[in-house]
Amino acid sequence: MGKITHNKAWEGYQKEIADDKFYFARSCIRQNIFPAAEDLFMRIIREVAGKDIYDDPRQTTCTGIAYHSGIIPVETTMTVVARQFSLMTEAGYENFTCSCVTSFGIYMEMLETWKHHPEKLEQTREALYKATGRTFEIPKNFVHTSDLIYKFRKEIGEKAKYRLTNRFTGEPLKVVDHIGCHYSKIFPSEGIGGAEFPYVLAGLTDEWGGEQVDYPERRHCCGFGFRQYLLKSNRGYSVTNTKKKLDSMKPYKPDVIITNCPGCNFFIDRWQYVISEMDGTTYGEDGFGIPVLTYEELAGVLLGYNPWDIGLQVHQVAVEPLLDKLGVEFDPDKKYLGKDGEFIGRPDSPSVLKTDYKSLKPVLS
Amino acid sequence: MSLFEELKKDLRFAEGLNGCISCGTCTAICPAAEVSDYDPRVVVEIVQRGDDKEIEELLKGDMIWRCGECLSCKTRCPRGNTPCYIVQALRAMSIEKGYFIESEQGRRQLAIKRTVGDHILQYGYCVYIDEVDNGMYPEQGPVWKWMRENRESILARLGANYNKYGSGALRKTAKESLEDLQKIFDVTGGQARMDKIEKLSKEVADRDGIEFSEKRDEYFMKVYQK
Repeated sequence: MGKITHNKAWEGYQKEIADDKFYFARSCIRQNIFPAAEDLFMRIIREVAGKDIYDDPRQTTCTGIAYHSGIIPVETTMTVVARQFSLMTEAGYENFTCSCVTSFGIYMEMLETWKHHPEKLEQTREALYKATGRTFEIPKNFVHTSDLIYKFRKEIGEKAKYRLTNRFTGEPLKVVDHIGCHYSKIFPSEGIGGAEFPYVLAGLTDEWGGEQVDYPERRHCCGFGFRQYLLKSNRGYSVTNTKKKLDSMKPYKPDVIITNCPGCNFFIDRWQYVISEMDGTTYGEDGFGIPVLTYEELAGVLLGYNPWDIGLQVHQVAVEPLLDKLGVEFDPDKKYLGKDGEFIGRPDSPSVLKTDYKSLKPVLS
Repeated sequence: MSLFEELKKDLRFAEGLNGCISCGTCTAICPAAEVSDYDPRVVVEIVQRGDDKEIEELLKGDMIWRCGECLSCKTRCPRGNTPCYIVQALRAMSIEKGYFIESEQGRRQLAIKRTVGDHILQYGYCVYIDEVDNGMYPEQGPVWKWMRENRESILARLGANYNKYGSGALRKTAKESLEDLQKIFDVTGGQARMDKIEKLSKEVADRDGIEFSEKRDEYFMKVYQK
């Protein structure tokens, strides 16, 4: 398979992305698993792109995980979504962006339903008003947060301290992009590049100097499966599907995986640890894993932010091999410090997967 | 009204079934079909035949609970069907009719209700760090264990607003917002469906002599991990 320099197939799928003034909705999974990522996103939008984004204390879940696990009716989810739009309206915003790909699919599903079945919109307005006394406007523009990083990729690239280049070889770093299923498989026209050639993350790779990895299972689901992961008894579904992807990408020797979905990021990071414990397989170099970053974490690293300030120490797969290839300076001794700079102990080492990467490799040239 | 007629009233079902040609594309790309005996083509063929007896068997069986709702089938179906939407409608009906307790997979819905469902109304989000321990979620691994045990300090370092009111990651959701969620659940049937899951699960527990009270009781642990 030849190297990809450009793929025209995605170009037919474009979408309107507003330029400024966004109402922001958090993700259930992301704020737990990668608790610095969303604030890093807003910092980039504010400081690098110079735009206004509002983090409302009154927001809640969209209930998407409960809906897709079959424990609540669509009418409940629809009305919770309406409440989120009501908060946006009340705060004086018209552009809505959400941090979760499941939420993105949920909001799109409700917007499309209201468009094609206006009676459902009326029923939702009535239900929301009856329950809370609230009214709402439909957003003028609705996008996922990765759409905004894509939109401002050039501005980020111009201010970046590093490029996606391997400092030891001078070659572009090999980047796997994994797109959450609900970003564009449900409504292909709402995703940059559609469902078959999504470009929302590949565009970052191209812009920031990396090389896309086109591996056979590139479009396969990470294996969240909602109730399948949530039940310990069904969790084999999840790890099996992630393993299928990792086995498929391994021969291409990726330097990093980036995702735009909270669940995908979580699973591809954690299942690497589990697979190493189960059968001894590791997917990176020298017994390490392949680092799994979110789009804004990658942007933050390239912009030169301290990796331990943006939460890269809470990934199970060590990120240091990537930082070293980029030439990012980091202090290994500060990785496990608490809020006042105190040492708070360090995580146990996995029995197989290497995580201890203390010394920087010398530049060979 | 027949089950089939009732199904047709569900918007998800109406949107999901446009006429299956049995090409099998959905099954070929389905992550669930790869790891279990789930077969979306079989599900669609059954509902398309409209035979109530067969539909009732689906509602009482494991099959409909195997789908992961990734919706890969929606993209690829050449006829614009969405097997996943059909499964959503069948799952809703299985709970409404009380059939979910007839299957091992269906009975596991109690564990979803007791985690995700209860978390929404308690914390405002489907997931909350306090509830995600390494015993329930061993795949979280040692870094999560370290972070969770030191969460006051680490989350403050990372700029989160853990367990405090205001904005920010992992904040405590305001009482008014939680009350809004509860009222929406009451008005739109979310609470009623979750109550039904509890009520019918208790009947199974009582019948089988398994302790049933709340949270992580014996019945929960049975359906969650076995």
